[in-house]
Amino acid sequence: MSNVRVLVGTRKGAFVLASDGKREQWSVSGPHFAGWEIYHVKGSPVDPNRLYASQSSGWSGQVIQRSNDGGQTWEPVDNKFVYNGVPGTHQWYDGTPHPWEFKRVWHLEPSLTDPETVYAGVEDAALFRSADGGKSWQELSGLRGHGSGPHWQPGAGGMCLHTVILDPGNPGRIFIAISAAGAFRSDDGGETWQPINRGLKSQYIPDPNAEVGHCVHHVAMHRSRPGVLFMQKHWDVMRSDDAGDSWHEVSGNLPTDFGFAIDVHAHEPETIYVVPIKSDSEHFPPEGKLRVYRSRTGGNEWEPLTKGLPQNDCYVNVLRDAMAVDSLDSCGVYFGTTGGQVYASADAGDSWAPIVRDLPAVLSVEVQTLP
Amino acid sequence: MIRVELPAHLRTLAHVGGEVKLDVEGPVTQRSILDALENAYPMLQGTIRDHVTQQRRAFVRFFACTEDLSHESPDAPLPDAVAKGAEPFLIVGAIAGGSGRW
Repeated sequence: MSNVRVLVGTRKGAFVLASDGKREQWSVSGPHFAGWEIYHVKGSPVDPNRLYASQSSGWSGQVIQRSNDGGQTWEPVDNKFVYNGVPGTHQWYDGTPHPWEFKRVWHLEPSLTDPETVYAGVEDAALFRSADGGKSWQELSGLRGHGSGPHWQPGAGGMCLHTVILDPGNPGRIFIAISAAGAFRSDDGGETWQPINRGLKSQYIPDPNAEVGHCVHHVAMHRSRPGVLFMQKHWDVMRSDDAGDSWHEVSGNLPTDFGFAIDVHAHEPETIYVVPIKSDSEHFPPEGKLRVYRSRTGGNEWEPLTKGLPQNDCYVNVLRDAMAVDSLDSCGVYFGTTGGQVYASADAGDSWAPIVRDLPAVLSVEVQTLP
Repeated sequence: MIRVELPAHLRTLAHVGGEVKLDVEGPVTQRSILDALENAYPMLQGTIRDHVTQQRRAFVRFFACTEDLSHESPDAPLPDAVAKGAEPFLIVGAIAGGSGRW
């Protein structure tokens, strides 16, 4: 029987949750890197025991950790993220130019084909790549060097590159997203980039239809249809059927279309999940009811999933990288909250149960389906 | 022999228990101590001072002999007691995140 490993990054360490395919009994390992912020932990698709973790603190900066045994032991690798050339400036919150400064790694995306290759999305927004298992990092500076770079502006959480999606059908194609610049695509392995934000409308920027400046919160793709992308924007759930060339809104009957997390069912590319959050100032579920919404129609028509989730007095948030799916026959869906709960559903969202209830605030959740 | 005391989370990262003992060649300064420390424990590179500018990270402080030496030149000689190993060079995480009111 297959096994499942859930990799959880929190404000005060990493945790590894493991179960067999029934997903009823869980072991909990951690905290790893206790006391440090763990923005993201992710495993290589080709070598599931190769994990990468982003470890950081306000005192000591960035550390990258690597495991070769599925998270039992770790070794620090290179933490030197240096922008190519003269970094230049982007816009600060008040609209003045602000020098590009490395702050932390938000997201680590291991290659689909090589366990030694991994991408790092960082704040201030840039994309780095390592081809030696994290022992050295090089910036793919064509992204930051895009002509719009000086006009990028941070979102409330900083100017972070938080989403990296590798196209399984096209080795040269990479999608990334930045708060608050928007989504970008490369078709040449990260050398050159183009903004892919046509169709996004954001009332909080001077030109709601601008080429860049949109606060994209997360993007998700199903491996079988890499041209179809789903986006949770600051406000609005969006869909693209042409690899980001154009977007249309699919928020439909959601109670609020603000949110952070979005993901796609492992076997049904038109089944998607979001966790609606009340507003940009009230980062908690509407009416104190924690509800995952599922659409089986690729958007527009949404159903609330509530069984096993708190339906009163719940005021947690679910952050952008804190939702993931497994690939077992009955797709498992997982998400973590800022209240420290990690919820799992072994039946594609029909019912939920907490794996753990009292972790530090959850920043990220990834799932590995193991043979 | 120079004695260096690290904050707890850096002791964990470097896999050391108590004080770190270092041989430092030449004048004993903040820079020469950190050079020797990072040479012995490469995983500490970038966690105390910036990789490129070598500036002390904002929330790290350097204390010795009951003095705050954080704002001294990195090339200024440290007190004899540190150079002779009688007193440790303390690398400290600044107290941060508390209330802004008192």
